[in-house]
Amino acid sequence: MSVLILGCALIAAQVMLSVAIVLAAWRVVHGPRAQDRVLGLDTLYVTALLLIVTFGIRTGSNFYFEAALVIALLGFTATVAMAKFLMRGEVIE
Amino acid sequence: MIQAPELPLWAAIVVSLLILSGASLTLIGVIGLTRLKTFYERVHAPTLGATLGGVLICAGSMLCFAVLQTRVIAHEILLVGFVLITTPVTLILLVRAALYRDRAEDNPHVPPME
Amino acid sequence: MTAITNRVLKLVLPYPGLTLALILFWVLLHNSVSPLTLTGAVIIGLLAPWTLVPLKVPRIRIKSFTACVKLTGIVIYDIIRSNFAVAAIILSGKRRERSSGFVTIPLDLTHSHALAVLAIIITSTPGTLWAQHDVDTRRLLLHVFDLVDKTEWIDLVKRRYEPILKEIFE
Repeated sequence: MSVLILGCALIAAQVMLSVAIVLAAWRVVHGPRAQDRVLGLDTLYVTALLLIVTFGIRTGSNFYFEAALVIALLGFTATVAMAKFLMRGEVIE
Repeated sequence: MIQAPELPLWAAIVVSLLILSGASLTLIGVIGLTRLKTFYERVHAPTLGATLGGVLICAGSMLCFAVLQTRVIAHEILLVGFVLITTPVTLILLVRAALYRDRAEDNPHVPPME
Repeated sequence: MTAITNRVLKLVLPYPGLTLALILFWVLLHNSVSPLTLTGAVIIGLLAPWTLVPLKVPRIRIKSFTACVKLTGIVIYDIIRSNFAVAAIILSGKRRERSSGFVTIPLDLTHSHALAVLAIIITSTPGTLWAQHDVDTRRLLLHVFDLVDKTEWIDLVKRRYEPILKEIFE
């Protein structure tokens, strides 16, 4: 019974997060301006991280946590670099 | 074909509620990202998923592992803390860049430089 | 005696807060309190802060810890409340006329750490966004998602956050 409840909730949550990723990707493709694309990419990173956390709950293993942490670090660095690029035209001055 | 860890019933219900509310808040935030009209409105939307959405999902994960392995698993705190602190920083930088670009192009609806 | 211990402490630990945070980070990352993890944590906590010494980062002095706890409570309450407010606005769609716009707020805060904390608080609360701050004129440009009354938002920053941040840092 508890497996059924948690399993259904996990499927629903994963579907919702996947739809959120698709919508964020739509914003990346659609634009209209460069800052919108970067914002969409940042949202995509955070949503993908949450999706991986739900996968970790489903399998009950700790290994997904490390993948989520790497995504968090990479997402932050990538978005900061792109925001800096939009402002100055170069990343490292 | 439903795969999930074996938890006591109360824990399964609480974890399910936490995950579902977190995921729906994140989804609402991203819907806002696609539907709102201007860039400055859209920046507000993803903070939903990064703050309360993320905290709820990670709280669910923490509770699940704590019950499953009968010891305190706290490394989701690291994840939540990291996302909570970095998302505002990226958004501030992004808005600065957008303001700079809009002013350089003399777009309307943007306050001038002080 | 205490003066001597203070000086020795300052020689060994340039940034005690950072040392503590690094030890906590290491223990959380390994998710254990075994002797091996703790040794690693203490080594990292003692050595890593020295990389900041050549950069001359100013030390943070927290004046009041009760104010810190109070501020944390206020921020958690505000984040939860505005999460639901913004979610309701997004779900209601175009049924209601809504305007968003920029507000200029004159700030009294000058301490750079206090300003950084204020920026993080304001931006991580859905519905408000720190857009720009001018150090010379001390004016803050804020973007508000649901702008009905400008004075309401000026009050929020001036009355709710600024006094308590002053109490902590200045």
